[in-house]
Amino acid sequence: MEAVTSFFSSANLQWVLIGSLLLGFASGVIGSFVLLKKQSLISDAMAHAALPGVCIVYILFQVKSVPFLLAGAAVTSLIATQSIQTIVNRSRIKTDAAIGIIISVFFGLGIVLLTYIQQNSSGNQAGLDSFIFGQAASLVRSDVQLIAIGAFVLIILTALFFKEFKISIFDPQFARGIGLPVTFFNGVLLFLVVAVVVIGIQMVGVVLIAALLITPPISARYWTDRLGLMTILAGIFGAISGVSGAVLSTALHNLPTGPVIVLSASLIFFISLLFGSRKGLLFKGVRHA
Amino acid sequence: MYALSVKDISVTYDKQLALENVSFAVPEGSITGIIGPNGAGKSTLIKSILQLLPTLSGSVEIFNKPIRTQKKIIGYVPQRSEVDWDFPTNALDVVLMGRYNHIGLFKRANKKEVAWAKACLEKVGMQDYATRQISQLSGGQQQRVFLARAMAQDAKVYFMDEPFAGVDASTEKAIIQLMKEWKAEGKTVLVVHHDLQTVNDYFDHVLLLNKSPIAYGETQSVFTLDNLEQAYGGKIAFLQKAPSTVKEYT
Repeated sequence: MEAVTSFFSSANLQWVLIGSLLLGFASGVIGSFVLLKKQSLISDAMAHAALPGVCIVYILFQVKSVPFLLAGAAVTSLIATQSIQTIVNRSRIKTDAAIGIIISVFFGLGIVLLTYIQQNSSGNQAGLDSFIFGQAASLVRSDVQLIAIGAFVLIILTALFFKEFKISIFDPQFARGIGLPVTFFNGVLLFLVVAVVVIGIQMVGVVLIAALLITPPISARYWTDRLGLMTILAGIFGAISGVSGAVLSTALHNLPTGPVIVLSASLIFFISLLFGSRKGLLFKGVRHA
Repeated sequence: MYALSVKDISVTYDKQLALENVSFAVPEGSITGIIGPNGAGKSTLIKSILQLLPTLSGSVEIFNKPIRTQKKIIGYVPQRSEVDWDFPTNALDVVLMGRYNHIGLFKRANKKEVAWAKACLEKVGMQDYATRQISQLSGGQQQRVFLARAMAQDAKVYFMDEPFAGVDASTEKAIIQLMKEWKAEGKTVLVVHHDLQTVNDYFDHVLLLNKSPIAYGETQSVFTLDNLEQAYGGKIAFLQKAPSTVKEYT
């Protein structure tokens, strides 16, 4: 009991809670647009491709300064996205296959580099492997502050571009036809996805952060037919998953955070699938009965 | 004054010429049908006029100014099949999209814009469906929502891509009615069209297209058997003997 009380009063944990809450909310909100744009898998590739970026920066500069590592993650993420586009445009390979290739190449490279670091690094390199599955407990205050502030900014940006994202995803031809800069809006959305992946990988890990982007919006879609409500619900579901994952993994020692977050997001998904008021199985059954 | 003048547009698609040297000029206040066989490049023409596709060459002017400066007076009704109707939004929201370049970046629609959009829905007989999720509308109703959105744009030149495809008879009538109203208000309408039998009734101008223009002008002078044979090749032989089969065949 004493352990639990001291656990919740720790200042660091309060920051972890705020960070995971905002990160989950930002993922759900941004993920809603990714899902509707049918780019769920591309976001997964972006996440996996973040790992080699982190490792390359560490090898080159021998520093474990988090902003530096995350900048590397952003660069390789963007290269991966661009590579998928190039493969699809320049060859006969279809998008799904291109994504499959890019995920494995970048993640494979990341694992090789990570192993190299662990075997060759002289100093304290502990922590880099937590980028794979995420470890909320190992985060220091400055890491969590970065996550919280970053996520907050991303949420504001998404809210600003709400109307623009909506039209350029629903009907890009029409949007271009009336003179809206659809390519620019697509670029902004891409930036938001990379940003949320990058700030989230320390907590959730590269392997599973795409699930935090995609599962909450899918769940939200079962409850509403309105985009505005869907994004807010997805944000709330993401926040619940984030907080419960962070708390459980910190409380039960050595549980990686990402998998716990994804499990709670999946639980919300199953509840929505069954009981959702718009498309839920039970609701459909009642309507057809 | 020409509402639209197209000069020498050429477009390649998959390294093949889809449009070759298309030039024509449409007078203000006319209804033009763009007619031609499958693969003639009718939709491609509209899309390249609107700069939705890269063009190899050519220029487009709306009221003597480059089209990119005139987007606010252009209305567009894309093909219904080109959007995901399962998108979480309702009929009124879609109509409001017609006001987006009037509302401006980052701003939300105010009451005036919403009232405007509602009035447009009412004009196409869809006022009772404003809050209906768009996937729960019939094909004809979805097309009416697209019409209302185009109306909400309050444009001067309208482009419609196969608006009659897969709609019921009453929606077809509503579309014709709307086109005539637009014409009466001095607006200019271009329509990609499939059904040869209705050409005489619907359009005062016709552009016969098969990769390059076969003929353009007033319907009576352009819509002749000679010109049709040129545009459609031998297939047009069906026209005289069995008019009903032409519709399916072309």
